[in-house]
Amino acid sequence: MSDSKPRIGLFVTCLVDLLRPSVGFAAVELLEASGCVVEVPQSQTCCGQPAYNSGDRKDAQAVARATIEAMEGFDYVVAPSGSCAAMLREHYPTLFKDGDVWRERARHLAERTHELISFLVDVRGLQGVSARLSAHATYHDSCSGLRELGVKDQPRKLLNSVEGLQLTELRESEVCCGFGGTFCVKYPDISNEMVTSKVRDIEASGAKLLLAGDLGCLLNMAGKLKRLGSQVEVRHVAEVLAGHIEQPAIGEERN
Amino acid sequence: MQSQSHAFKERSSAALQDVQLQKALANVKTGFIDKRAAAAAALPEFDALRDAARDIKNHTLAHLDLYLERYEEKVIASGGTVHWCATAADARDAVAQICRSAGAKTVTKGKSMISEEIGLNDHLEAEGLTVVETDLGEYIIQLRKEPPSHIIAPAVHVTREQVEADFRSHHKTLPDDRKLDEAELLVAEAREMLRQRYLEADVGITGANFLIAETGTSVIVTNEGNGDLTQSLPKVHVVIASLEKIVPTLEDTCTILRVLARSATGQEFSSYTTFSTGPRRAEDPDGPEAYHVILLDNGRSAMLGTEFEEMLRCIRCGACMNHCPVYHAVGGHAYGWVYPGPMGAVLTPSLIGVEKAGQLPNASTFCGRCESVCPMRIPLPKLMRHWREREFEKHLSPAAVRSGLSAWRFFATRPRLYHLGGRIAAAMMARLAGRKGRLKSLLLGGGWTKHRDFPAPEGKTFQQLWAERQRSEGPAS
Repeated sequence: MSDSKPRIGLFVTCLVDLLRPSVGFAAVELLEASGCVVEVPQSQTCCGQPAYNSGDRKDAQAVARATIEAMEGFDYVVAPSGSCAAMLREHYPTLFKDGDVWRERARHLAERTHELISFLVDVRGLQGVSARLSAHATYHDSCSGLRELGVKDQPRKLLNSVEGLQLTELRESEVCCGFGGTFCVKYPDISNEMVTSKVRDIEASGAKLLLAGDLGCLLNMAGKLKRLGSQVEVRHVAEVLAGHIEQPAIGEERN
Repeated sequence: MQSQSHAFKERSSAALQDVQLQKALANVKTGFIDKRAAAAAALPEFDALRDAARDIKNHTLAHLDLYLERYEEKVIASGGTVHWCATAADARDAVAQICRSAGAKTVTKGKSMISEEIGLNDHLEAEGLTVVETDLGEYIIQLRKEPPSHIIAPAVHVTREQVEADFRSHHKTLPDDRKLDEAELLVAEAREMLRQRYLEADVGITGANFLIAETGTSVIVTNEGNGDLTQSLPKVHVVIASLEKIVPTLEDTCTILRVLARSATGQEFSSYTTFSTGPRRAEDPDGPEAYHVILLDNGRSAMLGTEFEEMLRCIRCGACMNHCPVYHAVGGHAYGWVYPGPMGAVLTPSLIGVEKAGQLPNASTFCGRCESVCPMRIPLPKLMRHWREREFEKHLSPAAVRSGLSAWRFFATRPRLYHLGGRIAAAMMARLAGRKGRLKSLLLGGGWTKHRDFPAPEGKTFQQLWAERQRSEGPAS
């Protein structure tokens, strides 16, 4: 990289786009603060996981081709989601056969795709943030980011730099919350057992704020916490790191 | 064994309601995991050993025919017999024939998943034989007339209190005042009951963790020593193993043994690791007079050269199920056949067909914890995804899923329509939720809202707000 500001293509992810735009803006703020120029291609939609994980390879390929076209040409592509970033980075190249021109394009895109927090720390060398928040928080390690991309220490490092934030480790923070994309609607009872166990650990941590890096998991855990009448607030880690907490927490009442 | 895998959903719902089962499963969630982690941490070369173990098996599978032939030669040279069995029925018949020839009345058995796979006990009992399981877990489930729910801890679904009750009702000589409130006391009680059985048995049947091509040796790994008594006291020893158990050399076996017990129970080595080569020799003080190996295919060779070949590396340590949150929630019986958990979700459709077992590879969140602990580095989520693809290609997935996906693809590949639809959906849902910020029910989302609220959208989509921001900042900014 030259000294000029890297151009980032923000892959918003469909859940952030539809349900929680504030996460997208927090991502933009963090990226800009770390010296990047952020662009948001209008032609992006979804990364293709619904088809890919349902065994529908053809439709997954069609959506992957559309995403590749939308996101090509940037220095980096960054997504505020371990799961969607892993789809682009780890799975797109495997969707196409050797020799297929799309495989090369997928590989090229995969090489420059990163999950937001790991990008800030590992690529941009960010040591801390200037945000302040007086709160007692705990953090859930979402599976794809953790196991497919190695996102583990980076969010903790940045969260520890937030002034006023007390971070307590969640028991079994690496165990799946039971979201799993379509799993939670295909096997609602098993998913419920998993998220119930997760919520028990969250409550036991004593924290009043739950953070994670993937909106799917956050919706699942927030949905269960709210159904149970819990007072624990739920936010995407980027919102806290960007000091971007004017929106009510996920699933909370609005004024 | 008759498969119930098609009923996974119903079986798992029943399992979630089963208070005793949930109590028993709590032990799987902690014990195995902590012990494996400690054992792995204590061995700096653990991950390098996993790579070596994977490479050994990959090499073996690439030359499986050669190693199997070599193995048979060596078994014959040591005085044993190999029975090549293509199907479960072939294997059952071969064992029954051996028992008949030996004039057997009582058969003792060490733990063997293959014998569960081929339904051996029922078959032998129908032939008039008394079959006695000698592994404590297998003995317990035999009394309970249940199949195993775990591949290394067959009775992990049973609580200690239930075992005590089973022993009190089945062991006629057990005095009422005898205490059985600790695991050790239960073990002692079972041991006493089994002792006479070992001596009575005419045939001893064991499984095999490995078959060594270099020497024609079968290897069993146990913690109770029951396998040794099963195979060395009767006149005839029958080993039942599937053909992917083969490894080229003694040294390869030792490499894989180093990851096996650590992954399974967190032990550096299991209490007993027993190598058997042929029947007793003239100078041997003990051992069986005859040594037979039932070498079972039952669908394995059809996996070679396919995307499922990697599954044949599995050494049946159970680490994947010990770490699987779905297994923790529902236990092994929900999977409806011999092999539960993530390894079962890949192996079962391979052996009995995706038509019958398609639910299993779908019942995963793809959290990847199984792959992260597999000592043989089997990419279990990837293989489950391959099964989902096969299912989709065969039009076995539900019509609602298929039409949903094609509608989704239509929009996902047409950004303008997609964003318009998204704007409308987000605005409508936000309005429906009102100030509450969440929805109690969702059209088409009953699976979600049965157990949780659905956090409402903020109102406008990110793309909408971003476009507004770009406009307000003007093109020059």
